[in-house]
Amino acid sequence: MLPAIFYEIIKNFLYYNNLTLMIIDEVFKLIFGQDFIQMTDNFVEISDLYFTRNDHWIFRDISLCIPRGKIVAIMGPSGSGKTTLLRLISAQLYPRRGQVLVNGTDIHSLNQTDLYKIRNSMGMLFQSGALFTNIDVFENVAFPLRERTKLPEDIIRSVVLMQLEAVGLRGARDLMPSELSGGMARRVALARALVLNPQLMMYDEPFTGQDPITMGVLVKLIRSLNDNLGLTSIIVSHDVAETMSIADYVYVIADTRIIGEGTPEQVLNDKSPMVAQFIHGLADGPVAFHYPANKYQEDLQL
Amino acid sequence: MILWIENLGRIGLSFCQSVGVSGLFLSRTVFRKPRLIRLFPLVIEQIYAVGVLSMVIIVLSGLFIGMVLALQGYNILERFGAVEQLGQLVALSVVRELGPVIGGLLFAGRAGSSLTAEIGLMQVTEQLTSMEMMAVDPLWRVISPRFWAGVISMPVLIAIFCMVAMFGSYLVGVEWLGVDAGQFWSNMQASVNFRIDVVNGLIKGLVFGIVVTWIAVYQGYYAVPTAAGIGRATTKTVVYGSLAILGLDFILTSVMLGGW
Repeated sequence: MLPAIFYEIIKNFLYYNNLTLMIIDEVFKLIFGQDFIQMTDNFVEISDLYFTRNDHWIFRDISLCIPRGKIVAIMGPSGSGKTTLLRLISAQLYPRRGQVLVNGTDIHSLNQTDLYKIRNSMGMLFQSGALFTNIDVFENVAFPLRERTKLPEDIIRSVVLMQLEAVGLRGARDLMPSELSGGMARRVALARALVLNPQLMMYDEPFTGQDPITMGVLVKLIRSLNDNLGLTSIIVSHDVAETMSIADYVYVIADTRIIGEGTPEQVLNDKSPMVAQFIHGLADGPVAFHYPANKYQEDLQL
Repeated sequence: MILWIENLGRIGLSFCQSVGVSGLFLSRTVFRKPRLIRLFPLVIEQIYAVGVLSMVIIVLSGLFIGMVLALQGYNILERFGAVEQLGQLVALSVVRELGPVIGGLLFAGRAGSSLTAEIGLMQVTEQLTSMEMMAVDPLWRVISPRFWAGVISMPVLIAIFCMVAMFGSYLVGVEWLGVDAGQFWSNMQASVNFRIDVVNGLIKGLVFGIVVTWIAVYQGYYAVPTAAGIGRATTKTVVYGSLAILGLDFILTSVMLGGW
């Protein structure tokens, strides 16, 4: 009992990233000969989630789980709230009702200090890259290390160069973000998001705007990072083929709810009209292409 | 009539809400655990961006205002045969009023608008959100250094403005119009009181610095994340900043002259 309490105190006091947590766990295992980590099977658990924006329902009664160590894809048509779901998981947005548990903690009940502590274990790749435009590529990737750690300069340099090498942009370290293409900016943002060894990695449309070579490299990179670093990954994407090729589990969201879920094979073979229309890119089906409007003839005054 | 009262109430509530939000925003920016070693280089960097890069407009404006003041003052004082009082006239006008007010207005236009646009653009491009996702508080990393840089820079810029304006008036009054240099400087020295004139002018500069920078960073942080939104926020910074300077100048002058 006492070692377990001691473990919790030490973990809360020293913990700032995945690596520190692993070292603390190993030290305690060596001293007390037992494993103190109490991990649930799911890294993220969302239950009965309701969310509105401008009196418009985005989610109604959504429940889903992101299993630890897996790659889970959130798919759905534009405007279905995929990015919003990522923002709810990272507590950038707050739900109207419902609960989001991240690593067993209700993330929306935390104060700023505790929220930042839990965000140390998260990485997010933004749709736009969100690089800092006033500093170069190297400094962008070094930013989290400089702000969140006290590592010496030579270690920071090595870590940053390793991350940039992994995304194929070591040679671009002196370029400014304005000199990068959209795809390159996304890869720098990926290196930056991974630099603190997060436990949960969230990718917002990682394949959009990438050329076929980069897309192929990225697909492999996401899979290998997830497996080698023991991450849990959430991918929000429209790109059915690429996402299905690396995802372990898929949720399809549309019309404020989850319309389909399962392994990629199950989702590909799903016979429900809404899922089939989205997965196979069919023009006709229950998911409307047109935003609700008056009759076309009325608008043209014919 | 009811609609009019409703609108008035809505405007009143919205005003109270903005005052509350901006007050909380300022308190979260200023009253936080000091991290001086980390904050110092960031503030220095921003003093360069906000203060040093504003020097050109401040120096040139100060020079021309001093020159114009000397020309106008000479023409009027000449009628009363009191041209030797030119130094006193220019020094008191510039140190007490023109320096802080015009310096403040120029600062709101140049540095305030640039602060708002920069922070607003960071909001649009999700840079502040990504910082939050890295567990770095943007209020500490982005807003606080800019705020302190503005507060520190403004009194210094105003002091520079006043000195350059006096030099400009010397060029016109003494070098061009022929006022005696000894009388010009000795009258100025005799009439300007350090405590009453210079310190009060710098206090005005400090107050204007706090208010203008507060308005600028607040408008940028809460700008609607669109191109039009940033444009509106920048305009608001200049308009609200200028009005705040002129209003506060009246209040501060009343207090300093013992009117209140």
